[in-house]
Amino acid sequence: MSFIGTGIAEALRMLVTGNKEVLEITWRTFQVSGTATVISVLIGVPIGTFLALKGFFGRNLVISVVNLGMGLPPVVVGLVTWLCLTRYGPLGFLGLLYTPTAMVVAQAIIASPIVAGFTMAAIQSINPKMRLQILALGANRVQFLLLLLREARLGLLAAVIAGFGGVISEVGASIMVGGNIKGYTRVLTTAIALEVSKGSFELATALSIILLLLAFLITAVLTSIQQHRRQPQ
Amino acid sequence: MPKAGEKLEQGGQYLITERGLLKLIKQKGIKRLSLLLVNLLIIGGLALSGCATQKEKAPAQSKTPKVKDVILATTTSTVDTGLLDVLIPKFEEKTGYKIKTIPAGSGQALAMGEKGEADVLLVHSPKKEMPLVTSGVAINRKLVMHNDFVIVGPADDPAGIKGLKSSADAFKKIAEKKAVFISRGDNSGTHTKELDIWKQAGITPEGAWYQQSGQGMGQTLLMASEKKGYTLTDRGTFLAQQKNIKLAILVEGDKALLNIYHVMQVNPQKFSKVNADGAKAFVEFMVSPETQKIIADFGKDKYGQALFVPDAGKSEDEVGK
Repeated sequence: MSFIGTGIAEALRMLVTGNKEVLEITWRTFQVSGTATVISVLIGVPIGTFLALKGFFGRNLVISVVNLGMGLPPVVVGLVTWLCLTRYGPLGFLGLLYTPTAMVVAQAIIASPIVAGFTMAAIQSINPKMRLQILALGANRVQFLLLLLREARLGLLAAVIAGFGGVISEVGASIMVGGNIKGYTRVLTTAIALEVSKGSFELATALSIILLLLAFLITAVLTSIQQHRRQPQ
Repeated sequence: MPKAGEKLEQGGQYLITERGLLKLIKQKGIKRLSLLLVNLLIIGGLALSGCATQKEKAPAQSKTPKVKDVILATTTSTVDTGLLDVLIPKFEEKTGYKIKTIPAGSGQALAMGEKGEADVLLVHSPKKEMPLVTSGVAINRKLVMHNDFVIVGPADDPAGIKGLKSSADAFKKIAEKKAVFISRGDNSGTHTKELDIWKQAGITPEGAWYQQSGQGMGQTLLMASEKKGYTLTDRGTFLAQQKNIKLAILVEGDKALLNIYHVMQVNPQKFSKVNADGAKAFVEFMVSPETQKIIADFGKDKYGQALFVPDAGKSEDEVGK
């Protein structure tokens, strides 16, 4: 138990004194996971919208794949990404292995199905009559989609929150394709894993608390956008 | 679909004009949503550019090598003890290379070398290193340093191995008593050494008492401590982890327990993508007198004793004498 107490104290101390390495790792964590989330939104929202609105042959199969993807084990994503990016792998010429970009790629692969799945569910949960109404009001295709997405925004923000939460807490893929290189690809989760194996539990606990704070901060911002003017009376 | 405005002009029966719809959209907050999207894009862009600039700002010191990145595959012990945290910045400052350290068990590190996925290896599994040397995958193999393995276990020592001179005898006793033994089970240098000792003892460890952690040395020590079990560890990781665990050193000093580290570069003639110059520079750095001095002193301030003994220039047989 003493680790938790000293961990909290240490976390506060590092934040207040502005420990350079910790701040840098925290900022990098935000950059990598934030970028991955934005990419996954750009990929996942169109796919989710398409799946929700279009009927086509094999749709159920594709949806099953997306649903499976929502639970993709990060360590499997890490391994596959690693194998693709190795020097002599199919994408080795890009020279991306052990860079933050590789981590963004792996995390985007993890988050995209989550965002797509949530988006699809959000749009499907809109009353179908609403679609007819929007069309009846004479909306063009872009306006139709924007209005639909607006109606689904609660669910969409849930998608972003879930996607971001999935990648910022992830360690298996990040350590595999990033390599946990100090000052370059070390993020909060991989730093925690390292500190535990070094036996520095205080530092590991402190970093965990900072990770929780970061995740909480971002989620709180997204939630406040989501719940804007939605306070139950 | 015709535009909303057109419909109005033609028929006039629609209640909402295009402008009206836009107004509705504005009022109802689509604008907010798109603003949010724009914001997200900006944040993403910033983050991406941040990543990009990080990539560009590789060390620009005295020399600027052609290929800056050097991938070092190494054992977890050099990382977990903190030795590389001291050495690598010095190397980078001196040469302008950027080392990417990939901590892995020696087994994985050697496998990365075999596939040309690493440029230079720092490992402690002499038996497994030899095939790479004979096949020409690893060249320029140099002895760097050693420390030793120790057998640790609960202080009350239920198997009664304390003070035994031979590690094989100690393992025999542990097996006889079926005392809990935690093995790394991860093909690392330490695991290989452990299997060697079992072989010497003529025992195939099996049963509920023999458990494989599948994790690094630090984690395995914690597990052994929690389960009141025995394990084989390098001395450095044990000292680094000592404050968190309730285990004592029970057997040490056996010649079979020497832990010898070699550095070697991956042969650029076998793998064209290997950064040969960077790897060569790292090998030379590791055996340079300056580095050897740092190794000799490393850990003295923190643990009261050095964690490694520098051995550059010696032959393997001379080590530990």
